[in-house]
Amino acid sequence: MSEPTPTIRRRANQHGPARIGLWGPPIVLLAALVALMYVVNLLLGSKNFLLPQPHVVLSRLVEPKVAPDIWIALWHTTEVALVGLAIAIVIGVLWAIAMNQARWVERTLFPYAVILQAIPILAITPLIGFWFGYDFPSRVVVCVMIALFPMVSNTLFGLQSVDKSHRELFKLQGAGRWTVLTKLELPSALPAIFAGMRISAGLSVVGAIVGDFFFQRGTPGIGALISKFTARLQSADLLASVLVASLLGVVIFLLFGWLGRRAVGKWYDFG
Amino acid sequence: MTLTSTEPTTARPASQLLDFSDVAMTFPNGTVALHGVDLTVDRGEFVSVVGPSGCGKSTLLRIASGLEEATSGRMSLATNRIGYVFQDATLLPWRSVQKNVELLAELNGVDKSDRSLKAREAIELVGLGGFEKSLPRQLSGGMRMRTSLARSLVLDPELFLFDEPFGALDEITRERLGDELIRLFTEKQFAGLFITHSVSEAVYLSTKVVVMSGRPGTVVGTFEVPFDMPRDPDVRFTPEFAELVGEVSHALRGAH
Repeated sequence: MSEPTPTIRRRANQHGPARIGLWGPPIVLLAALVALMYVVNLLLGSKNFLLPQPHVVLSRLVEPKVAPDIWIALWHTTEVALVGLAIAIVIGVLWAIAMNQARWVERTLFPYAVILQAIPILAITPLIGFWFGYDFPSRVVVCVMIALFPMVSNTLFGLQSVDKSHRELFKLQGAGRWTVLTKLELPSALPAIFAGMRISAGLSVVGAIVGDFFFQRGTPGIGALISKFTARLQSADLLASVLVASLLGVVIFLLFGWLGRRAVGKWYDFG
Repeated sequence: MTLTSTEPTTARPASQLLDFSDVAMTFPNGTVALHGVDLTVDRGEFVSVVGPSGCGKSTLLRIASGLEEATSGRMSLATNRIGYVFQDATLLPWRSVQKNVELLAELNGVDKSDRSLKAREAIELVGLGGFEKSLPRQLSGGMRMRTSLARSLVLDPELFLFDEPFGALDEITRERLGDELIRLFTEKQFAGLFITHSVSEAVYLSTKVVVMSGRPGTVVGTFEVPFDMPRDPDVRFTPEFAELVGEVSHALRGAH
């Protein structure tokens, strides 16, 4: 009984030349952009405060007078983003599970998920402040509103794309709704849920920063600092803050990509 | 498991496991899938059903398993220990071979140590010993189908329903799995109802071959297969085998 040996599919590990091919072009582009910044800075002459030189921007991140403010603000933003993301994940998954229980529940709830996504957040920020104050909770609310939709739609998609024959397999054993949910639907939906988490993670950083712009009481984050630096024309500090805020988004995105691969990578090619 | 009338309504021979009498099936969209189907599967029988595509062969299995209900006629089952093998292996990709094989027992509330033991036995039985920890994606199509068979074997079914289980496999794997199935059939003594569109496969595997007509599907011929079980693989190259395959094919051609 010797059937073809099982092929264990592995993630292609890039080495040497392949790695240069992968990372070379974006690095060259980065170098070109940095060079362009120096050129533009020179050409601007007396107005060169509009675009400070890259090394000046980077130096602000270690400058004793400004750097601590930036890093602490970044930490506050991270807190808001992570709390908001956690809430968005829980609400999003529960919302999708509810919609997956019956067609009428889906028809009742889905339009509101879409509406939530379509609401211009700026238009309702005064209302959020009115209800939740101008502190941490309001920043989190904005964050949740921005990060929620991908969780709802991805989870729902995942739950609904369970194979028909898998459903029948469970049905033949008389499996109840809870069993089908926990042993079939949720595990099947995990890749989609993690893909949603990765998108929502990026959005949660956006949400936290938007929240900072409007709700500046207590311990606001990098968004508040960005608006302060803009008002004071501290362009190097401003760019340094924008840079770390962007990095935060990238890091959270990568973190959730990594988590997804850890969770489902063994049986699903999680991009 | 929801099954239609398992109560004996008429005097039925004790050996009879599955009985269709005058079963018809019309889908809600008006398609008549089955019409006046009479078919029985006795203990110790392995019955194959051949027919043109779309003749409702699979619907027959779905009715037998309780996934669908016949629109008229009577279907009765003398057991609720049924194994159902789907067209593809339908393994859960996140579960190892061991955990996949345990699944149906798990859904039936068999306790952990018991189902783990039974699963290991079934895995050995289908020749997958050593692959317990493998994931489905690491297995070949044939091995996945073996896992699927093992999963049903754990429930120790009295009646096995097969819905073209080897249809997606290459011919060599297919023949090998056919021989395995015959071995399991003689060892475990379940009865089988096997849907296929391969006449030679049907004749080789079965004790009885049923030919169905095209839509609406109905039984147009039944052939007893006289060769001994377990089958000698070389029986396929005898004139008697060729003759029977010819007769079944002929009935099938007339059935369109």
